[in-house]
Amino acid sequence: MPLPAWWNAVREFRRPWWWTWVLWLAILVPGLAVFAGLLSDFLMNTRWLGSNPIKDGEQILGQLTIKYLVAALAVTPLRRLLGWNWLARDRRTFGLTVFFYALTHFLWFVLLDIQLDGAELAKALTKRTYIVVGFSALLLMLPLALTSTKASIARLRKRWTVLHRVTYVVPILGAIHWWMSVKADIGEPLIYSVVFTLLLGWRMWHARRETSGHAATSHAPPAVH
Amino acid sequence: MLNRPRTTTDLPSSEITPESLYMNRREWLAAAGLTVGAIVGADALLPRPAGAQQALGKPYGLQSDDKPTPWEDVTSYNNFYEFGTAKDDPKEMAKDFKPRPWTVKVDGMVKKPGDYGLDDFLKAGRVEDRIYRHRCVEAWSMVIPWRGIMLADVLRRAEPAPGARYVEFTTLYDPRRMPGQRESVLRWPYAEGLRLDEAMHPLTLLATGVYGRDLPNQNGAPLRLVVPWKYGFKGIKSIVRIRLTDRQPSTAWNDSAPGEYGFYSNVNPTVDHPRWSQAKERRIGEFLRRPTLMFNGYADQVASLYAGMDLRKNY
Repeated sequence: MPLPAWWNAVREFRRPWWWTWVLWLAILVPGLAVFAGLLSDFLMNTRWLGSNPIKDGEQILGQLTIKYLVAALAVTPLRRLLGWNWLARDRRTFGLTVFFYALTHFLWFVLLDIQLDGAELAKALTKRTYIVVGFSALLLMLPLALTSTKASIARLRKRWTVLHRVTYVVPILGAIHWWMSVKADIGEPLIYSVVFTLLLGWRMWHARRETSGHAATSHAPPAVH
Repeated sequence: MLNRPRTTTDLPSSEITPESLYMNRREWLAAAGLTVGAIVGADALLPRPAGAQQALGKPYGLQSDDKPTPWEDVTSYNNFYEFGTAKDDPKEMAKDFKPRPWTVKVDGMVKKPGDYGLDDFLKAGRVEDRIYRHRCVEAWSMVIPWRGIMLADVLRRAEPAPGARYVEFTTLYDPRRMPGQRESVLRWPYAEGLRLDEAMHPLTLLATGVYGRDLPNQNGAPLRLVVPWKYGFKGIKSIVRIRLTDRQPSTAWNDSAPGEYGFYSNVNPTVDHPRWSQAKERRIGEFLRRPTLMFNGYADQVASLYAGMDLRKNY
């Protein structure tokens, strides 16, 4: 059956010249806007972040982390489904974005929310399960961020691939962290849990298909990262 | 207050309001009519025509650095899940809510049950303006100039029957008018409860207004509970029913997460919420956190209600 013309047009879409610019704007603007909002709210008495800017900014940074994580995990399925192999080089950008947003979210909590209260931080990192879970995700991302350079990929070879499978644990921890942090309004955590399930489920389905006899592609580099 | 029958659950007013304040009330009320924003330059907090200044009310339990939270924050940072779960949802989603006509049912273990139109209901007491501290279980706080009547007056009019020990409050259930009730985030209608002595306490208000105006819809129009020594969620909004009972009523947040929200929910800096500390709070509008006070600063007035109770267990 012939594919419709629009589908071919989608598949033939190639990285336009402005892609990198849009990508960087999409990464930097939300984070900078949160900081600008905080400064404006406290220095100029605006309510960009609402009445409780420290709490709202913290939540916005957490939610942004989840959104960039979706983007990072969507790269490989999109490459496969749409044939957009040119997306591959953005995967590291998204991955590092997730790490830096998660780090900013954590530092915001420590510096602005609990304001360097050592006792509270100690309790947070030991007794508050949702914080332990979220912090674990951040710690797991640290070695991934440190080995994200081309040199590391070349040096670690096969071990790099194995190490970076840790990526798939991060959305699970992220979703649990968010889920546990809400009072009763589980709507958004639920939506993102479904999205993560689809993104991870696709990988499992794809990996199984590859190992069960689709030998034609076996000479290709590992398709699912 | 002198002609009120003294019941076992009734405290002498000298235990409740510091005597100096109590004695001053009349003087103060007289002054309030004349004085301007008597508490703090509070007129700057509320947008209103120049010159139309007014006192915000009598301060109860305020610390020297407590200033009324601006109107804009009081009326746009709200937990009112009947109109959405985000803090800024209620202001938007409740804007078409019609809080009148309104009927309040008073029933259960009372000698004089009744259904009251709002105006008749409010005749039970004297409408007063009072400034209270407000502490949310989420570790933020405000200072709010309420307007309302004492719940005790409503209960006295209904004449509690001998076995009555608790008061149960119910919010309107009407998903057409309260769209948040179409989502099952909590069990609707929202319900709250107090022990009868807590309900009779002179600090316990049924509020009809803030900043001298009728309650905005997002703040629980037309009638809400205010119990300043308890976490804010005890202050049930848009009340349609007040029922006296001999059993501890089930309450919305306690039903939803019993390990996190107790029946009493007294403000207590030494008992943490499982997910965060209650030792400090962020006052809306301030950058640095402040220490949370036992019973939210009302310990002198209410601590005796809980004498001998383990507040760690009865959180």
